[in-house]
Amino acid sequence: MSALNIKKGSTSHSAYDLRDPHAQANETHTLAVLVDNEAGVLARVIGLFSGRGYNIDSLTVAEVDHAGHRSRITIVTRGTPSVIDQIKAQLGRLVPVHEVHDLTVEGASVERELALFKVAGTGEKRIEALRLAEIFRANVVDSTLESFVFEMTGTPSKIDAFADLMRPLGLIDVARTGVAALSRGV
Amino acid sequence: MSRQMTGAKMVVQALKDQGVEVVFGYPGGAVLPIYDEIFQQNDIRHILVRHEQGAVHMAEGYARSTGKPGVVLVTSGPGATNAVTGLTDALMDSIPLVVLTGQVPTFMIGTDGFQEADTVGITRPCTKHNWLAKDTDKLAETLHQAFHVATHGRPGPVLIDIPKDVQFATGTYQGPKQAKVSHYQPKVKGDIEGITDLAAMIERAERPVLYTGGGVINSGPAASQLLRELADATGFPVTSTLMGLGAYPASGKNWIGMLGMHGLYEANLAMHGCDLLINLGARFDDRITGRIADFSPKSKKAHVDIDPSSINKVIHVDLPIVGDVGHVLEDLLKVWKARGRKTNKEALAKWWGQIEQWKLKNCLSYKGSDKTIKPQYALERLEALTKDRDRYVTTEVGQHQMWAAQFLGFEAPNRWMTSGGLGTMGYGLPASIGVQIAHPDSLVINVAGEASWLMNMQEMGTAVQFRAPVKQFILNNERLGMVRQWQQLLHGERYSHSWSESLPDFAKLAEAFGCKGAKVDSPKDLDDAIMAMLDYDGPYILDVLVEKHENCFPMIPSGKPHNEMLLGDASTEGAIQAGGAVLV
Repeated sequence: MSALNIKKGSTSHSAYDLRDPHAQANETHTLAVLVDNEAGVLARVIGLFSGRGYNIDSLTVAEVDHAGHRSRITIVTRGTPSVIDQIKAQLGRLVPVHEVHDLTVEGASVERELALFKVAGTGEKRIEALRLAEIFRANVVDSTLESFVFEMTGTPSKIDAFADLMRPLGLIDVARTGVAALSRGV
Repeated sequence: MSRQMTGAKMVVQALKDQGVEVVFGYPGGAVLPIYDEIFQQNDIRHILVRHEQGAVHMAEGYARSTGKPGVVLVTSGPGATNAVTGLTDALMDSIPLVVLTGQVPTFMIGTDGFQEADTVGITRPCTKHNWLAKDTDKLAETLHQAFHVATHGRPGPVLIDIPKDVQFATGTYQGPKQAKVSHYQPKVKGDIEGITDLAAMIERAERPVLYTGGGVINSGPAASQLLRELADATGFPVTSTLMGLGAYPASGKNWIGMLGMHGLYEANLAMHGCDLLINLGARFDDRITGRIADFSPKSKKAHVDIDPSSINKVIHVDLPIVGDVGHVLEDLLKVWKARGRKTNKEALAKWWGQIEQWKLKNCLSYKGSDKTIKPQYALERLEALTKDRDRYVTTEVGQHQMWAAQFLGFEAPNRWMTSGGLGTMGYGLPASIGVQIAHPDSLVINVAGEASWLMNMQEMGTAVQFRAPVKQFILNNERLGMVRQWQQLLHGERYSHSWSESLPDFAKLAEAFGCKGAKVDSPKDLDDAIMAMLDYDGPYILDVLVEKHENCFPMIPSGKPHNEMLLGDASTEGAIQAGGAVLV
């Protein structure tokens, strides 16, 4: 193979895939899928994942171009490198899918998620929850004498961290939107 | 060409504009407006089937033997659910179909109406794409898109679910040229960089194999022609999957036979021992690869496929080329010729010497008998008596299918129709009718097992009604032969429910359907019986009573590599270990 002058490790732009086919470590990838906003398109994507046994860690979908009838689906998935490649290829051949981007490998990207936390408590715990919320730049969007609802936007790991802190302070409900992601720059 | 018309009329108009000549279907409440339109025209022929599954398999036979999409029209609810097996079969084997289903009116969807089913939901995973047509104004465009999607890229079945009110309502019709065929334009030309690399690999290869599949046939007759040119010019041996038989002629000098679980010894050992494996339009199916870890361990692998998801799905390849096999072969031949048409002739001669050694094993040999008809013998005789005719062959699924693949030779593509990926028992009879409708003057034979054949035997009525003179060649062992073989080899000879009692008298059954049949049980009468079948002007069932306990060899047991295949005379005891038994 060296005679053909193939760069080791190159994948997407080479005719050759020189990665070790036996590398089996799972990786987490964020995929952005641009689709026609038509009936059943989400079912097609989800059905593909369940039918072929792929994982979905999180999934968000919304129309992003009303005039062009386009929606953007952001999927966080886990798998070995070959499974991730399969997922992308399988998504790519769905008829209403226009583009599939792997934000994890296509350069830097930003990921954000919105979450709501309901924390119930009184006294010291209530004050501590409020103090931590300030540190995490979470907003209070609802308040009673025994509870708060905090709103927070951030990376999934920041939201995980905040949830961990709130749990002993009376966390009773969490709602998360799943990840929205875009590549950096143009 | 925008005209106002009802949705039902649009369906018929769109079919005409797409050049459709035949529709296989079955009427029902939710498609009556379309049937009313079919009644009032003469351009499109409608073949009334006896069960919707039969309609889909007929359309598959039609499509596979002509290269044109097959069209099916069925009603809502049970009409649609009965089509599901055929759709899955067509998806697995990449057969282009356009299936139209009726649906309850849009305002009733979701109310559990009579004969309502979530057809689009049920068929989403077994179609290449599907649509619920909710608006008569968009129906024509959807119909044209459906034909585009079914036939472009990797072919496959598509479905349009048409509610009854959409069929009755009036809207604007668009012709195929005005229809936006969406962004769906799969790439057909392969990367020239990869093709050049493949040409370089061809020049150096010492032990090459061309491993061809159904993609060569789907690509069209030109691809088969180019494959022949490539094989003959390079002198490389050619093997094929079940789906690819006929792309390279069985009489061709480079042909080394089918590969895989019941493939030929020489083909499988060539796969195991080669140093360059060129996969043309095949997909490394598990019937082909055997144990993945030991699959063709010494080879560089190139894979040409129109579907990017086929690449590296099962077998990691060194050189993927995404594109249509025909286009890639054309470019490959150009590049290879321009570089001086070089091959490693000395090494190739040695490689062929090795292959000839393997051929001496004579792996298809079997113990003959002058008392009972051996199934292999029946197929040898069928081959001898029909190979020079304008012949098409379909099969059911099981031992007879593998024997047919081993003992019949195909000289041209589109002549062999079989259920490969899904392995659908009951495929062969309706498929043979679909083939015969497309080729009314040709000889169409369905090589069947009695158990498979019974699964869709109602379609004999269709054959009789439409004067399709299909020949049903039933190898009757009164067993589910392949199941019985596996039970013998894998399950301690416990033959759990693998035989049928009270089988019908097939000759009388033929008579009951209004055609002709005969039974033959002695080798000496076989030729006459086959000739009588061939000479009869109409559908015919020949019930060939064969040896009941014959096993199909060679066989690569599940979980074994290619070089550990079982041959007919080898001891089969303990050949398959627990790890293999779990594999199908």
